[in-house]
Amino acid sequence: MVNSAPTGSIRAENIRKTFEQPDGQKVTALDNVNLEIRAGEFVSLIGPSGCGKSTFLRLLAGLAVPDSGQLTLDSVPITSAGYERCLVFQDPTLFPWLTIYENVAFGLKVRHLHRERKTEIRDFIRLVGLEGFEKAYPHQLSGGMAQRAALARALVNHPKVLLLDEPFGALDAFTRMNMQDELLRIWKERSTTMVMVTHDVDEAIYLSDRIIVMSPRPARIEKIIPVAIGRPRDRDLPDFLQLRARILQILHFAGNRDEIQYYL
Amino acid sequence: MQIYRQIEKQTWQPGDEQGGSDEQASRQQDEPAETSRSINGHQRAVKMNFFEKASEDSKNRRIAGASEYRKSLISGYGISEFNEVTKSRHNKSAVNEYKKAAAGKIRRFDFRTLLPALSASLTLAVHLLVPQSSSYTFKALPYFTVVLTAIIVITVIAAVCCIFSGKLRERYAYKSLFFAVFMLLLNVLNIVTLKLVLLQPIYFPSPDRILKVFVDDWEFMLKCLGHSLRLLASGYFIGAAAGFATGILVGWSKKWSYWINPLVRIIGPIPSTAWVPIALVSLPTTFSASVFLISLAVWFPTTVLTSSGISNVRMSYLEVSDTLGAKTFHKIFRVAIPSAMPMVFIGLFNGAGASFITLMTAEMMGVKYGIGWYINWQRDMLSYANVYAGLIVIAVTFYLIITLMFRIRDRILVWQKGVIKW
Repeated sequence: MVNSAPTGSIRAENIRKTFEQPDGQKVTALDNVNLEIRAGEFVSLIGPSGCGKSTFLRLLAGLAVPDSGQLTLDSVPITSAGYERCLVFQDPTLFPWLTIYENVAFGLKVRHLHRERKTEIRDFIRLVGLEGFEKAYPHQLSGGMAQRAALARALVNHPKVLLLDEPFGALDAFTRMNMQDELLRIWKERSTTMVMVTHDVDEAIYLSDRIIVMSPRPARIEKIIPVAIGRPRDRDLPDFLQLRARILQILHFAGNRDEIQYYL
Repeated sequence: MQIYRQIEKQTWQPGDEQGGSDEQASRQQDEPAETSRSINGHQRAVKMNFFEKASEDSKNRRIAGASEYRKSLISGYGISEFNEVTKSRHNKSAVNEYKKAAAGKIRRFDFRTLLPALSASLTLAVHLLVPQSSSYTFKALPYFTVVLTAIIVITVIAAVCCIFSGKLRERYAYKSLFFAVFMLLLNVLNIVTLKLVLLQPIYFPSPDRILKVFVDDWEFMLKCLGHSLRLLASGYFIGAAAGFATGILVGWSKKWSYWINPLVRIIGPIPSTAWVPIALVSLPTTFSASVFLISLAVWFPTTVLTSSGISNVRMSYLEVSDTLGAKTFHKIFRVAIPSAMPMVFIGLFNGAGASFITLMTAEMMGVKYGIGWYINWQRDMLSYANVYAGLIVIAVTFYLIITLMFRIRDRILVWQKGVIKW
């Protein structure tokens, strides 16, 4: 879709989110998070596990509400989930009772658009390389194929923002590299804003415009690192490796500020 | 590195199946040459990951040919990968076939297919040749002879057909032992009841006399069966629909669950037959009372299993549908219900069992013209042959109903194949 002005800019102001544990103790998942994401930008969130990256993504998706602070998409407050902010999980979570075509068409079907946009659905299935599998059921697909179907299911709604929660975490290394390239291709083609949570430093550097490194509980933004490497990026270039070393150093530092948590 | 190299060897060496300790020794000798080849850095690493996958899979599908599988991976893992999966399955069975043929196990004729015919012939021979007990005199009846002859003709035809169709032969040969033993049991039954009269002939009639009931009384029995099915169908559908609806409400909405769930828990476990006194008093006819009892029996398991299916829908399915723009209506009807269908079917099956029990009880308590009523009535008249005939009708009918339900479930839950094993 051709848009006159690019949409999909996100602004987060003083976001705070706490969870109550069964014993009544409150755990702060996010504390005072301020972030601005430009339209069409590719941003990665990286940090130690349990630091609230996924919580932040769920807030953006509208699946949870922050305790305080404001989240806006194109200056409109985010109050509930909606198709303009599609979320892709680590697990493809395709609906097993629907065929691949019906899965991809789901978002349009609930908006009663699936009849007029038939060709578009097929286009997106082709875009992710699943042509010929329209009538297959999810259990007949491999992990990588299912994840691509999940990607198509999100993209067919023309989301302004695509939220990716460790989308390739469960894939083997070879498939993951392929999927990363495919994601970049789709991103270039559609210039959707992408926000990705990942554990993989290489993946973050390879894909993102900016990398947001988060600190563990309570999660704050530790550092925002712009990736100034020209695309297509080569994972062996010195710039790449340098940046990688730097991020790893920050993560290490962030992990050990209070106390050493693990000895290996 | 070591691991990668071994994996690579596994994929490349064609004869690794024969590999014993000797070969491992020779592998160790090879190592220096391998090392010099393997310092290619990044590209190499990519390749290796790729081999790793290939080798892992090829272990499972060695028959399909590891090299072919590798080729399919190179050509981009889209359609080719999918084809490979189906193809290798196909190949596997083909190879099995081949192996069997090589072992001389495949013949055009399988002796086992003749067993039912032989067993039936034996039964017929005993029936015709062994003289009856002298202590009782029965009127000679032709029915058992006729039925046995028909069975022999059918089983012989089936055995002949098996010579021409391999698939039929396999299936029929597998089932033939059961048929043969079943015929043998009929034989024993015939000897015990008719030839030796070891059991009270009033309570344990011979097969001949049971068959005679079907011939003489089939019209009336059919009428009874019709009445039973009408009662069963009305009760079952009302109960199933009510149970499905309650289950959705209780499973989805906390508010409904708060009010209805205790009710389900208190009323549900009461066996529906315990309601008989109340149902008879409060409903105008015995028919409506029976419908009420049957639907109550179906309602409980359907409600409980539907609601647990709905409330256990994976949260991530609902979240995904949320982010795809689904409203509550869609989340219930397009996500929660389809995902709960396997549980709903378990509830419907349990309900079917409960409805059969209740139907019989209801008919014995006063509904006119039903197959349960027929059995009860004939028992009072001491015509036990009719009782057995009625039991056979019930068994066959309920078997057909259950089979039909399984077929329907398989049709609706076709997506489940490979997800949940039953």
